[in-house]
Amino acid sequence: MSFWPYYGLQRGITTTAWPDGAEDSAGITPGRPCALQTGHAEEIAAACPTQALKAVSQAGRDGVAVDFSHCIHCQRCRHGDNALPWSTDFSWGAPSAAARPALESRFTRSLQVLYVDAGACGACVNEVRLIDAPPYNLHRLGIFVTATPRDADVLLVAGPITDAMRTAISKAYAAMPEPKRVMGMGTCAIHGGVFGESFACAGGLEKIVPVDLWLPGCPPPPLAIIHGLLSLVGRVTPAALEEQP
Amino acid sequence: MSIPKTLQEWLQSIPNLQMQKRSEQWLQLLCSAEQLPALTRHLMEEEEAEFATLLVEESADALSVHYLFYLPATGNLIELKVEAPAGTELPAISDTVHAADWHEREAWDLYGLRFSGHPFLGDFVLHDDDWPEGLDPMRRSFDGKHRPDLHGSGADWAPPRLLQEEGAMVFPVGPVWGDFNESGLWLLETPGEQIRYLHTRLFYKYRGVEKIAEGRTVDQGLLLAERFAGAAAFAHAWAYCQALEQIAACQIPTRAQQLRIVFAELERIRHHAANIAEIAGSTALSVAKALAQGIVEDLLRLSARLCGHRYFFGVLTPGGLREDLDEGKIKLLRQTLPELDQRMQQLEKHLEGSSSFLDRIEEMGTLSNELARIYGVVGPIARASGRSIDLRRHLPYGQYVFLSPDVPVEQEGDGYARLRIFFAESRISVKIILDLLPFMAEGPVQSPCPIQEGHALSWVEAPSGATFHWLRCTGDGTITRLRLGTPGFRNWHAFERAIEGAAFQDFPIILATWGLSIAENDR
Ligand code: SF4
Ligand code: SF4
Repeated sequence: MSFWPYYGLQRGITTTAWPDGAEDSAGITPGRPCALQTGHAEEIAAACPTQALKAVSQAGRDGVAVDFSHCIHCQRCRHGDNALPWSTDFSWGAPSAAARPALESRFTRSLQVLYVDAGACGACVNEVRLIDAPPYNLHRLGIFVTATPRDADVLLVAGPITDAMRTAISKAYAAMPEPKRVMGMGTCAIHGGVFGESFACAGGLEKIVPVDLWLPGCPPPPLAIIHGLLSLVGRVTPAALEEQP
Repeated sequence: MSIPKTLQEWLQSIPNLQMQKRSEQWLQLLCSAEQLPALTRHLMEEEEAEFATLLVEESADALSVHYLFYLPATGNLIELKVEAPAGTELPAISDTVHAADWHEREAWDLYGLRFSGHPFLGDFVLHDDDWPEGLDPMRRSFDGKHRPDLHGSGADWAPPRLLQEEGAMVFPVGPVWGDFNESGLWLLETPGEQIRYLHTRLFYKYRGVEKIAEGRTVDQGLLLAERFAGAAAFAHAWAYCQALEQIAACQIPTRAQQLRIVFAELERIRHHAANIAEIAGSTALSVAKALAQGIVEDLLRLSARLCGHRYFFGVLTPGGLREDLDEGKIKLLRQTLPELDQRMQQLEKHLEGSSSFLDRIEEMGTLSNELARIYGVVGPIARASGRSIDLRRHLPYGQYVFLSPDVPVEQEGDGYARLRIFFAESRISVKIILDLLPFMAEGPVQSPCPIQEGHALSWVEAPSGATFHWLRCTGDGTITRLRLGTPGFRNWHAFERAIEGAAFQDFPIILATWGLSIAENDR
């Protein structure tokens, strides 16, 4: 038993240097499609099963715009003759249209997060579980996970908002002290993802509580989740939900 | 293999039983409601059949109910099909096939199909306090696109209380609880310290996947199959693709068959490593948890490097795989896997040397062999309770026909047995992959899989156990029925039995040693 600290030390430091340093380890993010100027915009857009790609025409030039809030990482636009370029970044957190300003400085080194699962498939759950694992070590950033809404500054919700979780989400939100922020994680939380709106799912967190930050991705990798949380306290530059060619 | 002779003869002796051979392997019996109990009893008691799943399909004026069994000894599928005209009841089979208990409750909730003799119908998939009485969402007449206007009473729902003792209380856990847990509600009935009964209430995550799949294209169905239980995305996508391939009689290129095994086994290792991390975490052994999580993370990165996605989304396509693995990637796999395997083995050794850790999982959350059989549990849970069943061996699909992987079995059925199974299976999966790599066939990884009208039953041994998908589609590729028979749904059923008698503080530990996915159960 007493050997455990030693076994831990043996592995050495595995924690990423990000956000202070760069991070480009292979496989740390699946990446995502980039907007592109192309003559095949219509074809490319038609091949996306979720209408996340749109053919647009600006100043006489055609291209494909990406709406990340609908992208489910099906990878169909990644291969083949008309493949789009894919970025290898993970700075995906984007303010919602109704976003409140970033939390003030006293939260930047002490932020408490309450995670609520509202129908997330195991992938989002698994990624969120890794944010406080050694490779990512959330605690070093002064962000902590709490199990009670009374302590929480941020409500982090994943999944397409199932019917039976509506009440739990609004109750949790109501029980949180002000100031508070809400982050919807994964494409499901934004518009319902592949599940959409149905008899069983609200298809979007905004229908239940006000949302400040969207984190697209299916699933967003751990660093993207951390990017989202840091965006809420203004420690990193947020991204946008859409990209124009 | 063909149907056992004794069974054939017995079946032929039954009057008015229509038999139809769907394939060499699959025998369909059209029986009446009255014949159902005797048939199931015979299958279970004389033929040692395993219950696969139960599914309902709706036609113009009747519901047809398919009871699917398989014979592990011969690899045959037996389907009992019963017609239930509107308003009729069927005899519950759950008194002989206890594994069908939850299936019958589900069919009552979603189709309004009543099973006579079933002791406990109601408040299951649809929560009574939420959902209007008498509305059956899986029926064709129900519009699944919108939330019904009518809603439940809103009154607080109260479970049946079994423990009638002075000072007895019900301690609720969930639906929002702990740091990063899936949503579900557990009501622990206790006189103080010991949990006497557990009442599990799931389906807080019910997304109605089977309903919303209807009317979508088979292509969109694949996206759903991948995403309703993302921790086993590849397994479910594979089962789904197999169904389409069966309908189209499509032959998969050998290389694609082999690569599917590589990915499926990688997913199994990652799934088990994640469970091991949770087990270590539940006992507050944070270094062990961290080491296991490190392995999980490295496996996820490996997956992303191989196929672009950490959870294998978008890798499968009916007819094969979307992309091949080039030499460089095969080499990466060959180099990375042994090191990860070694880290797993080391972790296992360290854990086995931690007596205070073992104290907390030994004789904890025990499911006896008898109960495992009665509940028909599947996957690692079954194998930790002495049931040697694995579809890769007993109903082999794809290249598993040639591989017949080892199936580790433990007898104790406790938390420690399950931990050992998770480790042993990961080790075997590593070996399967490394043994396969030198023999990779050359050639394409995709063959055409035209869309055709039809239906099929397909199966895979997902990381958490036997999974059965039933798909019916029209000639233009519209899904008319998708049944997802998941291991989560099977195993959660038995979980309550492993809790009774445990101490309060052991609940999260037992939960972790079972490692069950709620997303997979709720669908
Ligand atoms: S990866 Fe995203 S943008 Fe590309 S085709 Fe799939 S859903 Fe559309
Ligand atoms: S966004 Fe994708 S990964 Fe996350 S819960 Fe939804 S389907 Fe799963």
